[in-house]
Amino acid sequence: MRGGSGRSVQSRGSSRRAGRVGMGLELYLDLLSQPCRALYIFARSNNIPFEFKHVELFKDSVLGKKPAAASGAEQPRAGPSNSEGAGKVSLLKKVPALKDGDFTLAECTAILLYLSRKYNTPDHWYPSDIQQRARVDEYLSWHHTNIRANAPKTMWIKVLIPLFTGQPLPSEKLQEVMEGLSTSLKQFEERFLQDKAFIIGSEISLADLVAIVELMQPVGVGCDIFEDRPRLREWRRRVEDAVGKELFFQAHEMILNIKELSNIQIDPQLKEQLAPVLMKMLK
Amino acid sequence: MGNKKLLRWDTGVWVGTAEVCGSRSGIQLRRTCALLSSSSESSPAPPAGVTPSGRCHAPACRAVPMGRWGRAGQGQGQHKTEEFRKVNVLMKVPALKDGSFTLAESIAILLYLVQKFKTPDHWYPADLQKRARVDEYLSWQHTNIRPVVFSPCQVLLPLITGQPLPPEKLELATEELNVALKEFEEKFLQDKPFIAGSEVSLADLVALVELMQPVCAGYALFEERPALAAWRSRVEEAVGKELFLEAHQDIMNVKNLTADQFAPELLESFKQHLLKQN
Repeated sequence: MRGGSGRSVQSRGSSRRAGRVGMGLELYLDLLSQPCRALYIFARSNNIPFEFKHVELFKDSVLGKKPAAASGAEQPRAGPSNSEGAGKVSLLKKVPALKDGDFTLAECTAILLYLSRKYNTPDHWYPSDIQQRARVDEYLSWHHTNIRANAPKTMWIKVLIPLFTGQPLPSEKLQEVMEGLSTSLKQFEERFLQDKAFIIGSEISLADLVAIVELMQPVGVGCDIFEDRPRLREWRRRVEDAVGKELFFQAHEMILNIKELSNIQIDPQLKEQLAPVLMKMLK
Repeated sequence: MGNKKLLRWDTGVWVGTAEVCGSRSGIQLRRTCALLSSSSESSPAPPAGVTPSGRCHAPACRAVPMGRWGRAGQGQGQHKTEEFRKVNVLMKVPALKDGSFTLAESIAILLYLVQKFKTPDHWYPADLQKRARVDEYLSWQHTNIRPVVFSPCQVLLPLITGQPLPPEKLELATEELNVALKEFEEKFLQDKPFIAGSEVSLADLVALVELMQPVCAGYALFEERPALAAWRSRVEEAVGKELFLEAHQDIMNVKNLTADQFAPELLESFKQHLLKQN
């Protein structure tokens, strides 16, 4: 059953379809996921034609239940499951995914880079100047083990785990995560952003995009990390302007209305399977 | 040994690495640079390689050991000097300095080097899809391989703290590693000779250097994995077996270390660091 996860995003967006089904670029996305939002914003902002394959992580993905389906891909990645069926799904790792003809690709960074090259997006996104480019690479690398180490946990702690287990978590858990996130944010401001408008200077790049979508996760669950950080707040505003406020908020509609998620009925078997995984996530 | 060299930031590209325990990525970057630079077209004689002192000969890239934990009295954590502070605000290794340009994060450094020194195409192929495969692995490994590849540090912990490593920890670590290896084989390697296809790339290099960690810690992960072992052979062959072994010399010998080879202060700071990690 379709829970209260918000209206289907498929009903919006004009550049959603890329012509005949199966012929064009397909992006498998759930906008609750930060990397998916980065891709969505990037592709839409650059008018890259793609078919939005909506994956609802908490509805469609059942650990190990769907059989692997050869979807014609030469290199069958375990793609996300949706009604067209592309294989086994693991809740945690299978979005975003790209399918371009026979070619399939996972990992947000890899997909962003592939799209920027294939569609020749404006230079500032991933500059050809190798030092500027290195700055983007540097951020994208650091991001994984710093911002992304803690920001996602806010959603798990405040919304998902209580949803799946029926119980809230002790407040120290959230505190721990917020402290870790604070440390990362400090480094982000001092080292990556500094006094510049954007991470690499005067123009937005993939680095800013990847950062902002991650930081909207805690915002969505009520931990507004921008509140006491004016410099970050200003940077956020600039990023929103650079990609277009309407697109930015469209991409973030689901996460900003996350409370509706609590109306979802989760498959009890899924709940059972996920409980140990979820608890491990907080280790 | 290291001190004088540290201050010569003016010429060429300097990559600061460290052979201190807490900076595994520094050690691996040095190794990867050594293997990479051997194929760099811009380097004339002398033969690229890693000398016993840990410096890579290729003029394009000098991986400077910024501290050794092998000898008492030396290696007092040079990476904390003021010079180095200018290079890397976060006071971490590895770091690169090219003129006034400084860079951290080993993947970023590797990508910078291949592009700056125009290494042979296969390292980071121009072909869009092959390149994407390399990017995919380089991204995935951050959170899937690196955290679960237990290091010689875990072997060293008992040495330094005087207490054995709890067996449950080792078991859990082994389990996590096995999951990661399975995913690596099934998702990235599959039945191809290398990650990006028919030729070795940065992805294979980064992967193998990482997977050598547990091997050097005494876990023979290639033993029961013929596909992985075959891939390893191919990568070694592609970079040159001799160079590969040379680059791993130090870490292969880590088990032979004894506590008296460490300066006492260094020992204490390692201990604290390792206890925090474990």
